[in-house]
Amino acid sequence: MAVTIAKERWTSKVAEEAYGPQGLKVGGETTLPFLHFEGEIPNRAVTALEVFDTEPKDYPDILKEPFADVINDPVAWAKKVVEYGADMVALRLMSAHPDWNNASAQDVAKTAKAVADAIDVPLIVIGCGVEEKDGEILPVVAEALEGKKALIGCVTANNYKSITAAANGYGHYVIASSPLDINLCKQLNILINEMGLPLDRIAFDPLVGALGYGIEYAYSIMERARMGALTGDKTLATPIVAFIGQEAWKAKEAKDADVPEWGPQADRAILWEATTATTFAIAGANIFIMRHPESVKRFNAFVDEAMKSNAY
Amino acid sequence: MGLTGLEIFKQLPKKNCKECGQPTCLAFAMQLAAGKASLDACPYVSDAAREALDSASAPPVALVKIGAGEKAFEIGNETVMFRHDKRFEHPTGIAIQVNDNMSADEVKAKVDKINKLVFDRVGQVHEVNMVAVANDSGDAAKFADTVKLVQDNTAYPLLLISGDAAAMEKALDVAGANKPVVYAADAGNYEAMTALAKKYEAPLVVKGSDLNSLAETVEKVVALGYKNLILDSGARELSKVIADQTQIRRQALKLFRPLGYPTIAFANNDDPIMESLYASTYVAKYAGIVVVNSAEPEHILPVITLRLNIYTDPQKPIAVESKVYEILNPGPDSPVLVTTNFSLSYFCIAGDTEAARVPAYIIPVDTDGISVLTAWAAGKFSPESIADTLKKLGIMEKVNHNKIIIPGGVAVLSGQTAELTGCQVLVGPRESAGINSFFKQQWNQ
Repeated sequence: MAVTIAKERWTSKVAEEAYGPQGLKVGGETTLPFLHFEGEIPNRAVTALEVFDTEPKDYPDILKEPFADVINDPVAWAKKVVEYGADMVALRLMSAHPDWNNASAQDVAKTAKAVADAIDVPLIVIGCGVEEKDGEILPVVAEALEGKKALIGCVTANNYKSITAAANGYGHYVIASSPLDINLCKQLNILINEMGLPLDRIAFDPLVGALGYGIEYAYSIMERARMGALTGDKTLATPIVAFIGQEAWKAKEAKDADVPEWGPQADRAILWEATTATTFAIAGANIFIMRHPESVKRFNAFVDEAMKSNAY
Repeated sequence: MGLTGLEIFKQLPKKNCKECGQPTCLAFAMQLAAGKASLDACPYVSDAAREALDSASAPPVALVKIGAGEKAFEIGNETVMFRHDKRFEHPTGIAIQVNDNMSADEVKAKVDKINKLVFDRVGQVHEVNMVAVANDSGDAAKFADTVKLVQDNTAYPLLLISGDAAAMEKALDVAGANKPVVYAADAGNYEAMTALAKKYEAPLVVKGSDLNSLAETVEKVVALGYKNLILDSGARELSKVIADQTQIRRQALKLFRPLGYPTIAFANNDDPIMESLYASTYVAKYAGIVVVNSAEPEHILPVITLRLNIYTDPQKPIAVESKVYEILNPGPDSPVLVTTNFSLSYFCIAGDTEAARVPAYIIPVDTDGISVLTAWAAGKFSPESIADTLKKLGIMEKVNHNKIIIPGGVAVLSGQTAELTGCQVLVGPRESAGINSFFKQQWNQ
């Protein structure tokens, strides 16, 4: 008996955005991940590798090794991650953290500008994670990066006003972060949008967990958000950012060098980060912020295969 | 499944005899539709009606039992495309492959490794499920010898891979009693393979070269009277497997019967990292069984872990046991962090405490696995439950201070908790990500 291929008739699509002066395109899909047989997936998943503006404190050796000669120099580190094949550079302004160097907005903005000028890929700028401080420094960073069309975050319900206004004024995009709840994602996108920043200048971060550490929560939120987007909910149709590296490298399975029953660390750590990434790729994420160049390489090899046509 | 009460009613004898215990045939039909009654309760239903109702009430994806003994497991009986709609019922069986070109020593060594792929996670044991044996040699005797060797060395069910019915017959002579999966019946050999599977009542994989040929061969096998089936569309490339697995699940849920069976997917790849990534994808994307080559824990642990995550019931939060958790070998001066036993709460706090490199005790209060704010609102995370837990676990006798730390979200509990426990209550951060700063600013002073 011939099989009549079952195709969903989606009515809408994910917003398409273009980052950086280069115009790196993200989003725009009209079907669920990798179901090429029923819709268009015009842009592939993009990766960013993280660069710290000061030496990271919690990197295990296996993660320091690829960056050993540049780990104290954000500009050189950024150039290196471009060599490693990252589509974007994700600069993390940890030096601004009150517990780290408590650097000023002017200091971090200078670093951000130097990094942006040194690379030929779009830039993501991530604050230090303290909402108040990020609300102070990111508007200054946005000004310094005028014209770079950067993706700036993370914007939360507590600090979105100052950052959104600056991102809007200086032509950037924002990452909206809300904790593991599809309604909060929606709500924050709406709040930011109400300040005048178009929805297609927002990407949202549902605060993902790593493989083994609650990955299924964000997995299901992404699936639901993508179905919302494809059935016409514009406030859920922004591209999805997943902080893969930050979470995967917290896991013991990635960090611990010596656990014989888990096998050697090399493949295990890379797989922990790469599996976290591929799992969110099949759930609907668009932008993958990662830490190890080898995981990025493996992830890209996976996406190459997944992007091949499967039309019937 | 799928039939309304009225559709069922049309098939019933309409005698209203009440012998089924219901007042009317219509009432009985409604009970049947709701799954609350069995057709067996009706003494007068005709054979024709019984067959029509039985096949219509079969689940969209058939349930298939694999193996015999304590390592037997079930696949199928799935009812949704997305885990947030209900839940995925039966976790994907993970099969690791050996072949009959390997020497006896190599086979034994690999099977030993497979037997050791058992991982403990939050008090639960997770393991692989099957050993696949491939007839790569093409030699029937060699295949049977290897199958015997594997069976003698493992308790896991087997997956027998050979397109040669004669070789399969020899292998089943050895292993048939333990209900291995027979792989595979295709358009060319389905009659012989079906006869063999039927003889041993073993699950039979039907293999197509695409979805159409798969559905055709399934119908031929079903016409021979065998329905204990597993499906292989023949796809091996990642994007085609994703498409076919999605189609098969969609077709099954639409009650297209030829594709209403669980599936098998092959992730086998010479590169073990890509193999592991593919296997994880097939676990999430509907495979009933996934086959890999690597028996190394670093390649299998991610797949087993993802299976555990994806197949948890999204409606039922997973709880961790309410006990004293020791992070980084804490001592008498280490902080005591109180939270709920929602696994995600616990994992976030454990992860961030570890990242902060501060040895600490974590005390999850039993809130039936619900999160901090929800449990607080439901009265399950209260000064009383915190005090009871501290006392029951005797944690304050392990430390030389009198301080406990509660989540920032429930700061309002601090006064009464201090009163009930006699402890000094510190209010921690609202999000676990703030734990590092909290320790620096409020603990290490």
